[in-house]
Amino acid sequence: MTDATGSTPLKRTPLRDVHVKAGAKMVPFGGWDMPVQYTGIIDEHRTVRGAVGLFDISHMGEFEVRGPDALTAVQRLCTNDASTLAIGQVQYAALCYPEGGIVDDLTVYRLAPDHFMLVVNASNIEKDWAWVTSHSEGRAEWTNVSAETALLAVQGPKAEGLVARLADRDVTGIAYYHFARGAVAGVAGLISRTGYTGEDGFELYVPAGEAERLWQALLEAGHRDGIKPIGLGARDTLRLEMKYALYGNDIDQTTNPLEAGLGWVVKPAKGEFIGRAAIEALRARGVARRLVGFEMAERAVPRHGYRLLAGGAPVGAVTSGSFGPSVERSIGMGYVASPQTAVGTALTVEIRGALHAARVVKTPFHPSHTKKA
Amino acid sequence: MANVPPDLRYTREHEWAKVDGDRARIGITAFAQEQLGDVVFVELPKVGTKVTAMKTFGVVESVKAVSDLFAPVTGEVVEVNALLPKKPELVNSDPYGQGWMLVIRMSSPKEVDGLMSAGDYEKLTAGAGH
Repeated sequence: MTDATGSTPLKRTPLRDVHVKAGAKMVPFGGWDMPVQYTGIIDEHRTVRGAVGLFDISHMGEFEVRGPDALTAVQRLCTNDASTLAIGQVQYAALCYPEGGIVDDLTVYRLAPDHFMLVVNASNIEKDWAWVTSHSEGRAEWTNVSAETALLAVQGPKAEGLVARLADRDVTGIAYYHFARGAVAGVAGLISRTGYTGEDGFELYVPAGEAERLWQALLEAGHRDGIKPIGLGARDTLRLEMKYALYGNDIDQTTNPLEAGLGWVVKPAKGEFIGRAAIEALRARGVARRLVGFEMAERAVPRHGYRLLAGGAPVGAVTSGSFGPSVERSIGMGYVASPQTAVGTALTVEIRGALHAARVVKTPFHPSHTKKA
Repeated sequence: MANVPPDLRYTREHEWAKVDGDRARIGITAFAQEQLGDVVFVELPKVGTKVTAMKTFGVVESVKAVSDLFAPVTGEVVEVNALLPKKPELVNSDPYGQGWMLVIRMSSPKEVDGLMSAGDYEKLTAGAGH
């Protein structure tokens, strides 16, 4: 198989050779050489829902900003209100263009009063770095720590017990979207109660040089829990069942947070931020389309770019779709013109020239089991 | 290495054919299902449909991808595997057995001579994939 990205060499996480040795199927993803599956997507998906899975997501980007004006800088860049963050708290947010389109979605960590970490999508690291550093003012010093930071996600109902056994501090008391400093299997870093699967679990930020030691220790200690390494294929089906947006599929420069269902991370009352005026105008006017979740009547799989119709007329396009291993049917997300977005609305998806029945359903498709506050 | 039964004939597109008189039972190979990953949907023609050698007759969808299916031989579909709509995973677990797709009544059984032998197919797939 050839690399679709051409001559640019693929980037590697500190665990890339470990994945290859373990027999993972590797694919290019956002410029990275990443494992798409080990044992099989459905098996890995069910392992995360039923036991615990281990993900290498070291391709994600991490930027730190510190200084007396760090909060001001984060507030100008992000749609959410970072001033409400306590030390040790995490927040989901978007970076927007002045016109309201999305630069990226991200999580914001408050490490200290004047010190934040922004975690961005792998495929957007260079774009985001240029964006944040060129739109930051005052005494705020930015550092791109992506290369020296590894990120492992431990997700599933047995994740808490596993991490608790290996940690040098209590982790059961870390609330959802909070983090603490601590060591897991002797590897010091940030223990964050976050994830992208809809299950309880942690994301562990550690030095790149320690990633392999932590990876092996988690696999060894998690053996009795039925732990397995999980590839990007299952990461995608897990997040889809939760209707979590994926940048580049469901959100991008041409979509705004309101139509994407991310209005809850837009806080105009906090003051000025890039995109605020445009999003306020949109809110006043009402959005023309919304990102909905739909399920197929039959097994045919809706995929990115397929047309969505209602009553024979085009109403939008599929942004993500797959067979959902936990819901055991084919599901998808897509932007649909506003009158057709109500739960129960009959849609059709054009798949290879034929129309297949679907209907708008309540989301998430599968109930969330993340840690409750 | 993926399993390649010696008594079948193969296409470069990774379909197999088991020939019995003027009939050929067809499916996809163990190598193909390994490359595809979990099969979640198989779209097949109805009984009575005419299929043409090396033209598409349906699609197989895994979680990640859609792949066309190519007919090894020309003829009319006389049987369709009725288990696959409900259990597409049979293509993964038993590609040469319960995961079969169609039986074709061949209009020109000589076409079989143009298909690959097990030995040639094994050479084709050796070292490919991983």
